[in-house]
Amino acid sequence: MNSLLRLAGTRLFYGIITLFVVSVVIFFAVELLPGDVAQQILGRDATPETLAALRDRLGLNDPAILRYLSWLHGILQGDLGASLVTGRPISDLVIGRLGNTLFLAAFAAIVAIPLALFLGVMAALYRDTWFDRTINTVTLAAISLPEFFIAYILVLFFSIGFSFQMSGPLAVIAAFVLLALLRGILQARRTGETSGIQLVMAVVFLLILLNGYFRFVPLTTEPMRVLPSLSRMSEDANFGERIFNSILPMLTLVLVTTAYTMRMTRANIVNILSAPYIEMATLKGVPPARIIFWHALPNAWAPIINVVALTLAYLITGVVVVEAVFVYPGLGQLLVDSVAKRDITMVQACCLIFAAAYVLLNMMADIFAIATNPRLLHPK
Amino acid sequence: MSDPIDTMVDQAPLPIDTETKLRRFWRLLKAAPLSVWFSLVVLACYAVLVIFAGVIAPFPETEIVAGSFLPASAEHPMGTDALGRDFLSRMIYAAQNTVLIAIVTTLISFAIGGFLGLLAATVGGWLDQGLGRAVDVLMAIPPLIFALLLLSIFGTSTLNLILIIALVDATRVFRMARAVAMGVVVMEYVEAARLRGEGLLWTVTREVLPNTIAPLMAEFGLRFCFVFLTISALSFLGLGIQPPAADWGTMVRENAALISFGEMTPLYPAAAIGLLTICVNFIVDWLLKISSGLKE
Repeated sequence: MNSLLRLAGTRLFYGIITLFVVSVVIFFAVELLPGDVAQQILGRDATPETLAALRDRLGLNDPAILRYLSWLHGILQGDLGASLVTGRPISDLVIGRLGNTLFLAAFAAIVAIPLALFLGVMAALYRDTWFDRTINTVTLAAISLPEFFIAYILVLFFSIGFSFQMSGPLAVIAAFVLLALLRGILQARRTGETSGIQLVMAVVFLLILLNGYFRFVPLTTEPMRVLPSLSRMSEDANFGERIFNSILPMLTLVLVTTAYTMRMTRANIVNILSAPYIEMATLKGVPPARIIFWHALPNAWAPIINVVALTLAYLITGVVVVEAVFVYPGLGQLLVDSVAKRDITMVQACCLIFAAAYVLLNMMADIFAIATNPRLLHPK
Repeated sequence: MSDPIDTMVDQAPLPIDTETKLRRFWRLLKAAPLSVWFSLVVLACYAVLVIFAGVIAPFPETEIVAGSFLPASAEHPMGTDALGRDFLSRMIYAAQNTVLIAIVTTLISFAIGGFLGLLAATVGGWLDQGLGRAVDVLMAIPPLIFALLLLSIFGTSTLNLILIIALVDATRVFRMARAVAMGVVVMEYVEAARLRGEGLLWTVTREVLPNTIAPLMAEFGLRFCFVFLTISALSFLGLGIQPPAADWGTMVRENAALISFGEMTPLYPAAAIGLLTICVNFIVDWLLKISSGLKE
């Protein structure tokens, strides 16, 4: 137990050091600016007098170290400074936005993580079957697609509704899946493990493909407008409205992160299942359920926690693009707007929050991984 | 064991040894799955578009040729965009702009990250420690967030974009190159070069680099995908490649309004991005599988 606490303590200490260094990087990156912030704001209109006045107002005459310390001091007290463009305090604006972003990320995580873990374990247990191969191809494709592409596809399907034009693209997708299925069936014929589900799926996709040409099932031409394509999050919206308005951004994030998390879960479980002690247990005749929960799972906690932390970390950056697509009033949207306006103090504050969340997640994952390591619970 | 015929069979040269590298590659390629063949054909099409964009495109990149948001017609197969520029021509020029910028960025990132990684592994000591800690710090900030911070400081221009993404990506290349090179620098031939009194640069480029080139090539494909997607995401946010240059991410952003009318056009550039990265991923996956040999 002692060594456990010590390890966790060391990790906590490193986490705090990392946070400190990250804040240094974020603050002093601005010092790389040719000229300084005052020149940046005034641009061509800068006269020596206005420059001096603005520098005085922004406190740029102090040495950088002093400015950093007062910045850090303010942050520790919850004061993130003032916006360069509007001059209003950053904290007031950031708090509501941060709440919205955390809401979206949590919503996505609650759906994505159990789904990804389940699919990952299933793919690992049934590895090298058609199920595993299909999921492998689909997730590889999902990882490669830009987030905004997935987002707009979802908008087309759930918010705008099908139209005649959709038959064409659907047919292309159907043709692609059909090719993959046919290949799987041919391979399975050789090894003699053809399954009925595969054949049924092949027929379904063949029908969709043919429908693209013959149109015997006219897909609805009326717009459906089921889900909102823009996320309006007013202050007084109740919980249900918030959920409803953020379903599409949530689905986008789920699709992007599930693919990634599921692949990592699969790799980890496959790795553990190939360990000698699992083979030993199988040969002893231990029931499969007991092997999974009693032998494999205690050793799988650390990698699983790592996967979950990486998913959450991935959500942090994924949120930026997704918020932009759905005009979701979150921190990512604020960051992008501020970069466009070159509101450097606002960008610094947003970056610090994102980076801190990232560092803290990684640190917590490490500490949990240490805490669940069965080898550390029984010191020699 | 002692049976003479068995011994002879054992000693018979394997066919693999008599093959030239090209023949061997061709043999592996013929056995490659359908997805790899599909990807190679698609990549070839992209290459043609990138090289001959100016010849293929029916209209100039930035010229306003018709009314805005015209539907598809014989003259404009994909219609026109918000300003009345030919969408198909923009798509073709965007292939050239986006892909070339992504390739240049990845090359710079490999030149910096790869070289420093190999150097750190070869020299070791304080240089390795110093570079390693610096990279740790940079990697503690999520890449897209760090890129946004630097873009807000230096301003959005294509040159800044290339340099910033290359810097952010170089940290990942550094980690990878260093890890691979660590296994190589302990080899006898590196020790021999050192004892011969070869210079550091010679050792890195002539002994370490050739023996790390294979995994680095596979990594190049993956890094290219990452760089390409990051640049596209930034362009989509309006902070990447700047108009009037055509670019897939920017094109999605500029024409996104059409989607709410059930138009597919703004999704073509997004699909072009997705198709390219999927194909590169399939090929890298396959290369990794055949280079890891019999383990699979």
